[in-house]
Amino acid sequence: MAAMAPGGASNSEIYKGNAGKLLLPTWLVIGFFLLIPVALMAIYSFLTKEFRGGVIWEFSLTAYDQFFLNRGLFGDEPPSIEWTYIGIFWRSIWQAGLATVLCLLIGFPTAWFIATRAPRDRTIWLLIVTVPYWVNLLIRTVSMKFLIRDEGPLNALLLSTGIIDAPLGLINTNLAVQLGLFYSYLPFMVLPVYAAVERYDFALSEAAADLYASRWTILRLVILPVVKPGIIAGCILVFVPSLGAFLAPDLLGGAKSFMIGSLIEEQFKGAAGNWPFGAAAAMILMTIVMIVLLVYARSQTREAKA
Amino acid sequence: MTGTVISIDRVVKSFGTFTALHEVSFDIADNEFFTLLGPSGCGKTTLLRCIAGFEPVSGGQIRLNGKDIAPLPPYKRPVNTVFQHYALFPHMTVLENVMFGLQRLGWSAMDAQGRARQALELVHLSEFLKRRPAQLSGGQQQRVALARALAPEPRVLLLDEPLSALDLKLRQAVRMELKQIQRETGIAFVFVTHDQEEALTMSDRIAVMSNGHVQQIGTPREIYETPANRFVADFIGETNLIEVPVLGISGGLAEVSLPGGRRVHCPTRLVDGKQGVLSVRPERIDLCPAAEADMIVTAGEQVYLGTDIQLKAHLAGGQEVTVRLQNAAATVLPERGTELGLKLETGAARLLAA
Repeated sequence: MAAMAPGGASNSEIYKGNAGKLLLPTWLVIGFFLLIPVALMAIYSFLTKEFRGGVIWEFSLTAYDQFFLNRGLFGDEPPSIEWTYIGIFWRSIWQAGLATVLCLLIGFPTAWFIATRAPRDRTIWLLIVTVPYWVNLLIRTVSMKFLIRDEGPLNALLLSTGIIDAPLGLINTNLAVQLGLFYSYLPFMVLPVYAAVERYDFALSEAAADLYASRWTILRLVILPVVKPGIIAGCILVFVPSLGAFLAPDLLGGAKSFMIGSLIEEQFKGAAGNWPFGAAAAMILMTIVMIVLLVYARSQTREAKA
Repeated sequence: MTGTVISIDRVVKSFGTFTALHEVSFDIADNEFFTLLGPSGCGKTTLLRCIAGFEPVSGGQIRLNGKDIAPLPPYKRPVNTVFQHYALFPHMTVLENVMFGLQRLGWSAMDAQGRARQALELVHLSEFLKRRPAQLSGGQQQRVALARALAPEPRVLLLDEPLSALDLKLRQAVRMELKQIQRETGIAFVFVTHDQEEALTMSDRIAVMSNGHVQQIGTPREIYETPANRFVADFIGETNLIEVPVLGISGGLAEVSLPGGRRVHCPTRLVDGKQGVLSVRPERIDLCPAAEADMIVTAGEQVYLGTDIQLKAHLAGGQEVTVRLQNAAATVLPERGTELGLKLETGAARLLAA
């Protein structure tokens, strides 16, 4: 007898019939709005900058040179490694990584809580999680700024209760940016993890408990591995946009919390812009993200084969 | 029978205002195949989950070798469970699944692997050790679940309707195999099912449950042939329940008046009463000439069952009586609407409380 794999796709020809044609709109959209802009970006990063913004169609490696190498103020010194942009990248990766970990630490229990409610209550809880996200990200980030600034309600509360005796000075720090990122992307963790936990068969936890596993062992050896796809999806959904975020660092951070998103944004904004340099930074960012995803995909296929 | 391995002692389980188990008590012997049988909602699965530790009891004790395990969490109880839908760990291979319990008990990977292989051999599944559960058929998954629960050599193995997801042919084959494995390992099995045929063919003893009460405990034969009450008679197998006036009872034998006036004697556990219900199995009624008949009926519909033919007939008062006739070459079936005489086999009828 043939067992249906749980959640397995049907292999029947009936359902596959026109799959190719069905994909056509997707290909058109991806082609026009994704592949072409990315290709343009790649080309721009190898062109010469035009001083009022824009590019001159002339091949140049200047953008990449500027990113990685320091040739002095007038460009006549022997090249050494330029740490400014690498530093910004490193800070971005660190901030995005931290935001991902925080979102997971807060998001997993939240998702677990929601998924274990009665089906009717789950809808309400999910709504509560998503409602703030109907407000524009800019507005939310600005309100975060008002919340945590020295004269804001957070400091007022802590001061009045005597927990602190001077304002925290959160604004314009890496911590403020971190709060902004974490808050902006939390639902992107909660929702996929919720979807995975909701499908989780609690009989597995019972089976593990029955086989002498304590609560933590069940979490480590059964629950986490089984809901891992949801966790990975959540991590990617938080990490990738955090890495390129510019609103949180612009509004909440200072000069020392500059992130890649802001760096790229600046290059395309106003007369001070440098399109090839912005394009090069974007290409480098994309390469990093692709490498991370590829390494993950490779490790997954290896695991599946083992 | 040897010593008692597990004692269920006045176990009560309530969910809010609903009481799922009312002071249930019984003992299960070492090496026994014990079945909890009842319709859905009777409390059999709840009781099993209380023994496993997934549900805390509301009252009473569950003693394993004399020690009350009711306060212990499931992972501290030396009992293992075969789940209805197997609950195999989908991210682990067959071998890893079976090794899981052993490793939690502190076995080395090497020893655990050796024991897991033995357990898988016991259930005749020595191939596919590296496969994931989703790559196995239902019957194979069921074997893995069984091996996984047997590997730690629990004192008691709990089985929660483990055959219900299998198709008929496989179910019948696995029944015999389960029974054989139970004898080989000597582990007490507590088997939950709503399928009375399953219960009758496999069990040493059966506890028939309904509405959170144990109605009767006994061997399959006792349960079937001497049901304690109307519920057990009706639930186990098929039976005809005929309301009759009781003329007298003495020494476990009652004299009753059958519809139509004929008086017969039949065994009973009752000691007195004016009214009772007679339970007669359809296969223990024969057709006979009207002159010798215990009851006269009008023949009705016939249902062809292969080995048997089921004949529905009606008493003068309209009550239906079902008769099972063997499908032998000589069997002549009465036409619909003809009058028939029915003869009860000696001792076939049993008087129960109304």
